[in-house]
Amino acid sequence: MNNFKVDFRPLLLLINIGFVICVLFFCYLIFGDMLAPSFQPDPVVQKSASTSSGNSVDDYDKVVDGIHVQTGLIYAEGFEIVRATCTACHSAKLVTQNRATKEGWTQMIRWMQATQGLWDLGKNESTIVNYLAKHYAPTEVGRRANLDVAAIEWYILELE
Amino acid sequence: MKDEQKHIHLHQLSDQEPIKTGELSGISLKKDRRGFLRQGALAAMGVALGAKMVFAKNLPLGMIPVGLTPSDEVLNLPGKDAGLIVLNDKPINAETPADLLDDALTPNELFFVRNNGLPPENVDVNTWTLTIEGESASQKKTYTLAELKQKFAHHTYHLTLECGGNGRKEFNPPAKGNQWSTGAVGCASWTGVRLKDVLEDVGIRSNAVYVAYYGKDTHISGDPKKVVISRGVPVAKALEEENLIAWAMNGKDIPMLNGYPLRLVIGGYPASCSGKWLSKIVIRNQVHDGPKMTGQSYRVPCKPVAPGTQVEDKDMCIIESMPVKSLITFPKSGATIKKGQRLPIRGHAWTSATKISKVECSIDFGASWQSCELQPGNNRYAWQSFSTKLDFPTDGYYEVWARATDVDGNAQPMLLPGWNPRGYLNNACHRIAIKVVAG
Repeated sequence: MNNFKVDFRPLLLLINIGFVICVLFFCYLIFGDMLAPSFQPDPVVQKSASTSSGNSVDDYDKVVDGIHVQTGLIYAEGFEIVRATCTACHSAKLVTQNRATKEGWTQMIRWMQATQGLWDLGKNESTIVNYLAKHYAPTEVGRRANLDVAAIEWYILELE
Repeated sequence: MKDEQKHIHLHQLSDQEPIKTGELSGISLKKDRRGFLRQGALAAMGVALGAKMVFAKNLPLGMIPVGLTPSDEVLNLPGKDAGLIVLNDKPINAETPADLLDDALTPNELFFVRNNGLPPENVDVNTWTLTIEGESASQKKTYTLAELKQKFAHHTYHLTLECGGNGRKEFNPPAKGNQWSTGAVGCASWTGVRLKDVLEDVGIRSNAVYVAYYGKDTHISGDPKKVVISRGVPVAKALEEENLIAWAMNGKDIPMLNGYPLRLVIGGYPASCSGKWLSKIVIRNQVHDGPKMTGQSYRVPCKPVAPGTQVEDKDMCIIESMPVKSLITFPKSGATIKKGQRLPIRGHAWTSATKISKVECSIDFGASWQSCELQPGNNRYAWQSFSTKLDFPTDGYYEVWARATDVDGNAQPMLLPGWNPRGYLNNACHRIAIKVVAG
């Protein structure tokens, strides 16, 4: 019986150490983010287009290659009004993935006003519609477009 | 664990600022550490608008002004695979790439998300109830989740759910809305009680016309009184035995983004009829008129129209079945193989008819077709898997096209089917690109 106890003491010690590590890790999970900012270096001005946003005051207005980084919207005349109006309720992705003519965009606005609680846009409406119809216009693709061959990521398929 | 850490952080932030982020909208931003900046940004947004911002007062109720959501952040959808393509982050809409739909049953984390509003917060399964009422209900009756499970027989069916707008991306002229490619579809094993059993327990009056749902999601405008979506199906459809009031998906809890803890699952109709976060069912004495039942939503022209035609609301009819369709799930488009190799093909086919009768593949742009092996479905509205092996005569560029035909004789078109203003029901054959290279 004595031998039995001696054999298991290192194991108990190990379990205790493990427990303490778990508690510390748990504390880190909860409070880690509060500590994190003080350890972060000052924001670096990024010149590369590939870096991500989210860490600097400038990101609110950051534009890369003509695209406003935070929203993905094309940075051009009317951008500010479009951003402020459209993204008050929904994602900018809903704008950037759609294509329509002036009439089409106007219809979408009317639909949002009739059913989704969009307010009267007043003089901003023409700015918004002009921006959208200019930068998010439809292209003619016929009854069905070709597969977008340029966008295909070719890979070697290993077969037996 | 890392994601969990961010959740805690976002939650802390929400106590200090009017913009509530995180679990509420179902989004967590992996790199979000500067919530306080957003408060200033929100003010700036109001200034930029230079006009009344009608719903600004509702912002604290639970919305991320998405203009403030960096578009290049990696969005972490809770319970979802990072491979999903996020079309829209408020409300959340995400589709599954075709090659990730290769499983016989779509895993919960790969099932597409089509939300019209924001999922409910702090769901408590112990207090969740389902109420049945309406002009054509014999009585108003409320069940707890536990009562539903105790009182009614449990059933499990494999049911395909497909968004009515799946494939919208291809319509020309373009149709407004989320530009779904091919991935707003999945087939899971759903467990629950039959909608029919519950409706009959309540009692259906002879003048019943429609059965519709209400859920606990909230409108993206932040207006707590606005119903997000409330759709339904004709009574005869509602009484089909495969329709479930489901609490389990593939033997597990339904993911929060897919309707936890309770949802309708109705096969063969647009998935928008399968209400999520289900709290109320109404038996109506008329065609249901809830949000997204009327106008042009989930409707197509009653008679065919030329592309681009403006169709008046009165000439639009409710979609009452989903068309026959198929998807090639292996290989992923872009495969390069060597000349002489046989290419294995796998996929699924589905229909609102009783079953698929054949699936064929073509490597010559539809000039000739060869039959694929077709597995039976577990039940009506389950998708059926198909497979084949293809030989290519020379090296070069090929496309593999798949075409399913159902027992009613409906087959998939090669070009886009009838154009409609909202871009529904595109069941044109799926195409993948293959390159065959010399030895």
